[in-house]
Amino acid sequence: MPGFLLNRALQYLLTAAAASVIVFALMQLLPGSAAQVALGTEATPEAVRALEAQYGLDRPWPVRYFEWVGGMLHRDFGTSYVTGAPIAPVIADGIQVTLIVVIASIAVALALAVPLGALAALYRSRPLGAVIGAASQVGIAVPSFLAGILLVMVFALGLRVLPASGWAAPIEGLGAFASHLVLPVTALALVQAAILTRYVRSAVLEVMGRDFLRTARAAGRTRTGALVRHGLRSAAIPVVTVAGVQLAALLVGAVVVEQVFVLPGIGSELVRAVSNRDLVTVQGIVMVLVLAVLVLNFIVDLLYPVIDPRVRRGA
Amino acid sequence: MSSVPAEPAEPAVAEPAAPAGAAGPPALRRRRAEASLVIGACLVGLVVVLALVSFAWTPYEAGRAVPADRLAGASAAHPFGTDQYGRDTLTWVMCGARIALAVGVVSVAIALLIGVPLGVFAGMTRRGWLGALVMRGNDLLLAFPALLLAIVFSAVFGPGTGPAMAAVGIASIPGFARVARAGTLQVMSSEYVLAARAANRRPPAIALAHVLPNIGGMIIVQASVSFALAILAEAGLSFLGLGTQPPTPSWGRMLQDSQQFLGSRPELALWPGLFIALAVLGFNLLGDGLRDRLDPTLRGRS
Repeated sequence: MPGFLLNRALQYLLTAAAASVIVFALMQLLPGSAAQVALGTEATPEAVRALEAQYGLDRPWPVRYFEWVGGMLHRDFGTSYVTGAPIAPVIADGIQVTLIVVIASIAVALALAVPLGALAALYRSRPLGAVIGAASQVGIAVPSFLAGILLVMVFALGLRVLPASGWAAPIEGLGAFASHLVLPVTALALVQAAILTRYVRSAVLEVMGRDFLRTARAAGRTRTGALVRHGLRSAAIPVVTVAGVQLAALLVGAVVVEQVFVLPGIGSELVRAVSNRDLVTVQGIVMVLVLAVLVLNFIVDLLYPVIDPRVRRGA
Repeated sequence: MSSVPAEPAEPAVAEPAAPAGAAGPPALRRRRAEASLVIGACLVGLVVVLALVSFAWTPYEAGRAVPADRLAGASAAHPFGTDQYGRDTLTWVMCGARIALAVGVVSVAIALLIGVPLGVFAGMTRRGWLGALVMRGNDLLLAFPALLLAIVFSAVFGPGTGPAMAAVGIASIPGFARVARAGTLQVMSSEYVLAARAANRRPPAIALAHVLPNIGGMIIVQASVSFALAILAEAGLSFLGLGTQPPTPSWGRMLQDSQQFLGSRPELALWPGLFIALAVLGFNLLGDGLRDRLDPTLRGRS
């Protein structure tokens, strides 16, 4: 077990290091330096050189790469050439909002997908199963930002029961916080629930064919009883894998949904930085998002032995 | 919005107590797969026809804006109404299909042409470390979801359809490489490959004669699913204003423009939204239907 953990941790660290090189290298691909980009094409060569010297851009790239990575390890993401402000607080503020939305979304999505997927499997040859299957197929085809727009139309502009956009921190009052959270979370969660439902259904179907469930049935349990009591843990393994991958997808999907609801999340900061040609900020935010994806995948890896005793025994 | 891993094949389950006289589950499954295939093909066909027709004929020119007609509702002259510049929405929906399909075709081509050879190589090489290296590189790419990579590309190369195609294509490589490797490993353990190797056939010849024909079906399924993901990614990117740039019509951009008029003209969002969903649904259903037909691992299981 400890060997397995150490091995995985090392693999993820290496991947993170390689990813940081890629992110950094991508930002160097531009003709001209980040200072040139920040100042625009009309800037005089003197102004560009002055800005380059100010931020140390005239030094060779390995020096700048290690300075960037070293800084990040101390939670210092450098200074934006465009705004002149440090980047770390911008990222910290944004990621809080985004994480709240994303975690609430995956929780709602799982709460919907597990019962719906199990029902779809149990009733696979009856109308209920077909209806759930068709609904999830349609749900997958609707991008979350489109779901957000539709929800705004109905609940904010039509029924006027929820705010169409904006954000309230929890300290500004829980009611306001919750009411601003409902629509973005619903938009992300519905689409994710559609995706997860299909995996839950497949996983439950797979488990239903196993011998231990037949034994449980023979011992007098009902089909649903046997499934809940003995089958769900087994079915959870593939579902957790997908939920982990989807959590990463949600994080990126949230970037777009934040634009729909004008949320001050990390996605809004990223889009603003791209529009402002603020490459240092883009570099920092992208690295944080990539790290988040890797950390989430690592956590999923750690969950396997918790759910599956066979992995624990090293089988 | 990023890659959805290939769904596990639906296992064949002995359904207890099927009502007498009713079709058993295998037949039911087959019927559903047939339905997926037909509906998927029809939806994809609809989008393709829209795009092709738009080259020859659209109700109006895409660039034609009549301010007097702005934000008009549906009428005989404008069946889908007009946008805030007085442009015909039907024309824009038709031309938007071009961009959606173009991004799908180019990005799937990039992913297929790079991912499949990599996957086949990783599955065939007898140097284990080389195969492992390819798959580690694959894992690294997985840390960059399509939309995120596309945003990075638009920051570096400037926003546009080209960078979007490249980014979505690169981000789709791991899916193809995984499927190709898994299929190759399966084929390589077969007796006819053993025979070919005994007959001293070179690996490239084995790859062409035995591996590719056998994994072709899985690759086509992966292409269909990737196509759907590419359309989603492009729509999201254009919605952010970082993808296809005006004046080229794109569905994502139309959705973004529609946001200011959600209260007064909701159909401005509904039309492009409907076509994004139909296109994605079509390619996903097509993939599902094809999987049942083409995936050899499923054959004989139902």
